[in-house]
Amino acid sequence: MKSEISGGQKLTQEQIRRIADLARIEIDEAEQEKYALEMSAILGYVEQLGEADTKAVEPTTHIAGINNITRQDEARPSDPDERKKIIDCAPLAEGEYIKVKSVLQ
Amino acid sequence: MPLNEFTIEEAHKGLIEKSFSAQELAGAVFKRIKKIDGKVKAYITVTEKEALAQAAAVDRKINSGQEIGLLEGIPCAVKDIIVTKGILSTAASNMLKNYIPPFDATIIKKLKKEGLVMAGKVNLDAFAHGASTENSDFFTTHNPWDLERVPGGSSGGSAAAVSAGEAIYSLGTDTGGSIRCPASFCGTVGLKPTYGRVSRFGLISMTSSTDCPGPITKTVSDAAIVLGAIAGRDAYDSASADLKIEDYLGRLKKAEDLKGLKIGIPNEYFISGMNPGVEKAVRGAILFLERLGAEISGVSLPHTKYAVPAYYIITPSEVSSNLSRYDGIKYGYSVINDALHKKEADNLSHIYKKSRRYGFGAEAKRRIMLGTYALSAGYYDAYYLKAQKVRTLIKQDFDKVFENFDCLVAPTSPNVAFKIGAHKTNPLEMYLEDIFLSAASLAGLPAISIPCGFVRPDDGAAELPVGLQIIGKHFDEATVLKIAYVYEQNSEWKNKKPLLPDN
Repeated sequence: MKSEISGGQKLTQEQIRRIADLARIEIDEAEQEKYALEMSAILGYVEQLGEADTKAVEPTTHIAGINNITRQDEARPSDPDERKKIIDCAPLAEGEYIKVKSVLQ
Repeated sequence: MPLNEFTIEEAHKGLIEKSFSAQELAGAVFKRIKKIDGKVKAYITVTEKEALAQAAAVDRKINSGQEIGLLEGIPCAVKDIIVTKGILSTAASNMLKNYIPPFDATIIKKLKKEGLVMAGKVNLDAFAHGASTENSDFFTTHNPWDLERVPGGSSGGSAAAVSAGEAIYSLGTDTGGSIRCPASFCGTVGLKPTYGRVSRFGLISMTSSTDCPGPITKTVSDAAIVLGAIAGRDAYDSASADLKIEDYLGRLKKAEDLKGLKIGIPNEYFISGMNPGVEKAVRGAILFLERLGAEISGVSLPHTKYAVPAYYIITPSEVSSNLSRYDGIKYGYSVINDALHKKEADNLSHIYKKSRRYGFGAEAKRRIMLGTYALSAGYYDAYYLKAQKVRTLIKQDFDKVFENFDCLVAPTSPNVAFKIGAHKTNPLEMYLEDIFLSAASLAGLPAISIPCGFVRPDDGAAELPVGLQIIGKHFDEATVLKIAYVYEQNSEWKNKKPLLPDN
């Protein structure tokens, strides 16, 4: 069940840099090259979807046929012990707050 | 027979007849884990103390004359992508290697009400990204039938634990084959319920539109028992169906033959290049189903070849969204408290980028970036939207066939278990392992894999299990289970066990 890595790069290293930036993942040059090759091969493989005639077809985003489920917008009390455990998961916290570095410079 | 080799039904009978206690049953499972998990490596976390306390509570109930449920006191291994309150839950990723959830998944809550005894958390491909368990950030699990081979994935630990007698049953998740594949490679039963049949709340999210938790068990009856316990509408999962849960086990026990059932065999699931022994075993099973009374015909699912490509656009897209929550701020790995790297993080952007750099493995990053690309402006229509339209065509293939057929039967995999490292250099090759599994996932259909034979591969000496896949209509797990049960009861495969070398 082998498949060839398709020849011809579809994604440049510059594009990979941009995608990594959008995805908020830092990658080094060696990784840029590796991912460019691997992702190009995968994109080459999925291109065959273009053969399928989908002109008159609606996308299926949900498969179980359920429509929007709603509930009343009512606040429910939370368990203080559970709240503490949640805040304890954060690497930086102060009292009941999770701390982050400043968003605005 | 050592207690850890029992099925759920046999163990339950032993408990109510007081042949042994729940603590003795759990003890036998832990004894087995200590003996062979050094070689199988199914477990990430073993919870012996907690399990023995849970078992003791069940014993108190039994000894006071109270009735117990079918799952009460029965040791279970839980895929580490399912959160368990107070117990380390890692998704086999460095991103969550120290994460202790403050809540239980809904299916865990339900099983606790049924008297769950949890033996521990078992290994998987990190974040369920994979088909072999080799993508675990911690270690690879080994197939009990041949320790040099993979157990399949992503629920490899779950299947290996059951196959090796290290748990009476286990929980896995199936997004694109991740219950069926390891069940097939490890010679167990693995049921992927209909999407929406079982709540996803408490699953560490992978692909929101196809994630399905489900049982991996020694027998079909056991799978029916677990399904009955975990199924049901959940307010915390809006996509869970509000449907009556049937008496799956009761209906099974009434089944004697397959008369009146129409089974379709999809032509596209028998491809050149598949292992000839697998094809022979599956075709033999199909003939057997006919002798058991089913009406068999060939059918076509013409868009089958687009299932894997569509899946590998849709999945990374949803993964890129679901894994954006891992930001080094709220929980999970953060560069902030990594002594090795924290000096690199000067600002907020560094915290995101470096936490995700060091926390995620290569496959997670690959999928996140693929998904980011497929969803980005200018590419969304060509990739994600196109894939979701092709998904409709795939679903329509099944709808058409199910107008005239009750179930479809096919191989679970074109292969038997391959050697560890076989697909190391080519991630795309690993995606192709999903070739018979993705379509049912995209269509949200219930599907089971059961053992149907053994094959000696070209590159090894040990006989390896072959899986038979049965795909049913939406929410018709009952018919899928019936066909699987009647086949199983009339064949020998469930009695065969892997011979593991003693420590």
